Amino acid sequence: MKLADVEYVRADTVEHALALIAAQDAETRVLAGGQSLMPLLAMRLAAPARLVDINRLAELERLEVVDGRLVIGALVRHHRIATDPLVARVAPLLARAAPHVAHPAIRNRGTFGGSLAHADPASEFPACTLALNAEMTLASMSGRRTVRADAFFEGLYQTAARPDELLLEVSVPVATEASRFAFVEFSRRNGDYALAGIAAAATADGDRLTGVRLALFGIGDTPVLASEAAAILESGPVTDALVKQAVATLDGIEVRDSATAGERYRRHLARVALKRAALALARPEAASCR
Amino acid sequence: MSMITIACTINGERVETTVSSRENLADFLRDRLALTATHVGCEHGVCGACTILFDGRTARACLLLAAQADGAVIETLEGATRTGRLAALQKALYERGALQCGFCTPGMLFTAAELLEEHPAPSREEIREALSGNACRCTGYQAIVDAIETAAKDGRAER
Ligand SMILES: Cc1cc2nc3c(=O)[nH]c(=O)nc-3n(C[C@H](O)[C@H](O)[C@H](O)COP(=O)(O)OP(=O)(O)OC[C@H]3O[C@@H](n4cnc5c(N)ncnc54)[C@H](O)[C@@H]3O)c2cc1C
Ligand code: FES
Ligand code: FES
Repeated sequence: MKLADVEYVRADTVEHALALIAAQDAETRVLAGGQSLMPLLAMRLAAPARLVDINRLAELERLEVVDGRLVIGALVRHHRIATDPLVARVAPLLARAAPHVAHPAIRNRGTFGGSLAHADPASEFPACTLALNAEMTLASMSGRRTVRADAFFEGLYQTAARPDELLLEVSVPVATEASRFAFVEFSRRNGDYALAGIAAAATADGDRLTGVRLALFGIGDTPVLASEAAAILESGPVTDALVKQAVATLDGIEVRDSATAGERYRRHLARVALKRAALALARPEAASCR
Repeated sequence: MSMITIACTINGERVETTVSSRENLADFLRDRLALTATHVGCEHGVCGACTILFDGRTARACLLLAAQADGAVIETLEGATRTGRLAALQKALYERGALQCGFCTPGMLFTAAELLEEHPAPSREEIREALSGNACRCTGYQAIVDAIETAAKDGRAER
């Protein structure tokens, strides 16, 4: 369990980092919190020739509201997402999800950008960004571009970021009075990756919900939006019957099978998660969102 | 293999040296500085035995490169014991018999200390949550939770 030989380079500025990851002379990987990459290196599941350490790029530690959106720098650590009062106020879904991400010492180092770039299908933050309609800002030597969360997660550990691109920051809309969120996760132990879970967002409009986004995680190769279920929840006042109807749509989605949790069990957990989330969106005061 | 020069503070002492690019921080502390209270179990982040303080917060030493220590302030259990910072927790663990082989204990101590700094009066549930990333193969955890609960109560009484 020791890393293979690898070159280590510390980036001093974003431009420096971009030049380093664009270099064609060696296979390069960005090192952020290292909480996913270091295990991969130790187990030799990844063996890049060069690591580019981005931990000194203070520009990537931004956490502020700009034009109605919360901008989260790629290097903002999970612990800060869990504890910063600004996040709790303007993006409560992230604050609620953060304690489910790994364990305290890992949350101290792991970064928001690293979690999204790594794109583990059982990860909490990718699903949250999908539910929140986040926008990811990517940079390379040839410029910057923005990718919406809907188009960012392409497959198992696969994102829209090219190898020469650095994820700079992510932005999510600031919550309003009418915003409703729910987060439900099932895992074997606290801090483990999810067997199944859901990150949900909606806007309350009288006794109706609009803009419902239900991002399931742990069940497919990427987080997935349960769009059919969302449309049903938007179709009328959220009664138990309507929730039942929404849950039934999960019979048709593809669910992965694994040694830790079979397909039937995972689907069952997804159904329970969706049901609890739907009730929490509709009646935030009554529901428990854990 | 590239060699990297680092300068950092470890247990209050200035350390300037050269490390190999593939060396992890846990191995560096143990093999090069003989700070063997940093235990190495899984070497991929799941057991918590290698937990240290890195710039004031707990971190897995096996998931950091020694090269990343440049500019950092690091504390291992040797340092924390010398300053007496963890004495109350150490006493509580000892008195409750909350360690057998002691392999997990350094990590448990750092994790518990960080919990008590942030939550001086944790519930048993919160203690268990905080320890979720630290494996103990001997005690069954009950005694460790008891000891942390006791240390928290004593700590509050002292204030
Ligand atoms: C025991 C354990 C339990 C865990 N449990 C969970 C869990 O329950 N849920 C969960 O979500 N995670 C969990 N994690 C993973 C943790 O959340 C990681 O912090 C996260 O997945 C990756 O973030 P990082 O900053 O550590 O990235 P790194 O490990 O440094 O990098 C991960 C990948 O992303 C790339 N990358 C990182 N930053 C950027 C960037 N800015 N631009 C482009 N590419 C980038 C790297 O090149 C690498 O390929 C766990 C980890 C451990 C060790
Ligand atoms: S040795 Fe570092 S977590 Fe197990
Ligand atoms: S006392 Fe032996 S592992 Fe915890």
